[in-house]
Parts: sequence; structure tokens; C-alpha cells
Amino acid sequence: MTAGHLVVLAGVLFTLGMLGVLARRNILVILLSVELMLNAAALAFCAFAARAGNLDGQIMVFFVICVAAAEVAVGLAIVIALFRLRETVNADQVDLLRR
Amino acid sequence: MTAFFWIFALLIVGSALLAITRRNAVSTALWASLAFVGIAGEFVLMRAFFLAVVEVLVYAGAIMVLFLFVIMLLNLREKDLRLTEMPRLHWAGLVLSGLFLLGVVVTCRRAGLFDEPLAVRAEAVGETAALAPLLFQRYLLPFEIASFLLLAAIVGAVLLTKRRLS
Repeated sequence: MTAGHLVVLAGVLFTLGMLGVLARRNILVILLSVELMLNAAALAFCAFAARAGNLDGQIMVFFVICVAAAEVAVGLAIVIALFRLRETVNADQVDLLRR
Repeated sequence: MTAFFWIFALLIVGSALLAITRRNAVSTALWASLAFVGIAGEFVLMRAFFLAVVEVLVYAGAIMVLFLFVIMLLNLREKDLRLTEMPRLHWAGLVLSGLFLLGVVVTCRRAGLFDEPLAVRAEAVGETAALAPLLFQRYLLPFEIASFLLLAAIVGAVLLTKRRLS
């Protein structure tokens, strides 16, 4: 196990999250894919911290998790507000700004 | 250790793949939480014990419960699920993802990240006692900002989900 293995694993996870955001239309699944991408970034941070031999990268992961928690709380609140307004969780049907 | 790395890597990639392809949002959330457990395993392999615990507590615990509660609250009917059913991906998305991955591998190789096996030094072991001085001294200001961010997120979430403000 080298640092490169971990970074490539983080890259694969990030790509999967990106594909989820691109391919899916359910807003909840899109939010969850964003979480996967944030986790990939956290994994890469931790891998580089282990390679550099200090703890600063791990503190950064702590902040990533913190921001992710805040993002999920607000994101899910928006989803609920949107569902009350439009009765849908399909991202394609929320296109007021596009028209 | 390498064997464990591959086991957890397989767990992460497999469950993430299942998470983004399942039609039902509940199975998506459950597969994603399995992926988070795998990531916690990788954290343990990197001797980041505190982060592994936080990952399981916050991600596989709190965030997933929040997701499941919202899915339950929305109470989606079959009609809504069918609207969002199958992934449809333009070939350009797949090509770009492949290029991105290739870029990651090439960059890691050129930076020499594959050269020596990861040996975590004693001062880089992420135990709670080792992380606390850093978090409360050098990173005190970001820590306080993060706490304000969480407070703002709580207030914002309550405001957004209120039916009407009076």
C-alpha cells in the first residue's frame, strides 16, 4: 500500500460521485453523490497527511466532514422546501431559471 | 496491511457503484453508508483513528439517518420514482471521467507516490490526544469558524423548512 494507491482510490471514488451527479435525476441521489465526492477529497487529504508525516491533513479532513454536515443539513432543507413547492424531486422538472 | 487495503478499496468502489445505480433512494443511502464504513477502514489503515470514528459517527450515523428521514418524509410514490429511474449518461461524461482518472494516475506516478510503501511515523498517528493540541491551538480560528458555520446551517435549515414565517 503506497500513498499513490490511496490517492487513486480517492480518484475512483470521486469519479463515481461525479458520474452519479451527472447521470441521476433524483435530487436526493445527487446530494448523496456530492457526499461521496467530499469523502474522496477527505481520503486524499488523509493519504497526503500520512505521506508528509504530520497531522495537518487530518485536521483538514475534520473540517471537510464538518462542512459536509452543514451542507447536508441545508441541502436537505432545500429539498424539502422544493418538494413542498413543486411536488417533485426530479432535477429536470426544476427548471424555472432555464426558461 | 496491503490485503486490507484491497478489501476496503473493493468495498468502497463496489458499494459506491451500487449506490449511484440503484433506483430506490433508500438503497442508495444504505449502499453509500457501507462505502463510508469502508472509508473509515482506510482511515484506520492510515493510523487516523479519530477520523475513522468521526467518519462512522457523522457519515454512516448522522448524515445517513438524516437522508433516510428526509426520504421517509417526502414519501415518494411510485410515479415519482419512475420519473427519476434510470441513469442516462452522455458518452462525453464517461470519456471525461476516464480522462480524469488517467490524469490522477499519471500525476501520482510522476510525483513518485507509488515509489515506497506508506510507513506512518509515530508523530503522524491521528489519536485524539495528538489531534487536540493542533485543533485548539494552531487551528483554533478555523475551528471557531466551523462552529459558526454549523450554527448558521442549523438556523438556515430550520428557516427553510418552516411552512410560513410569522
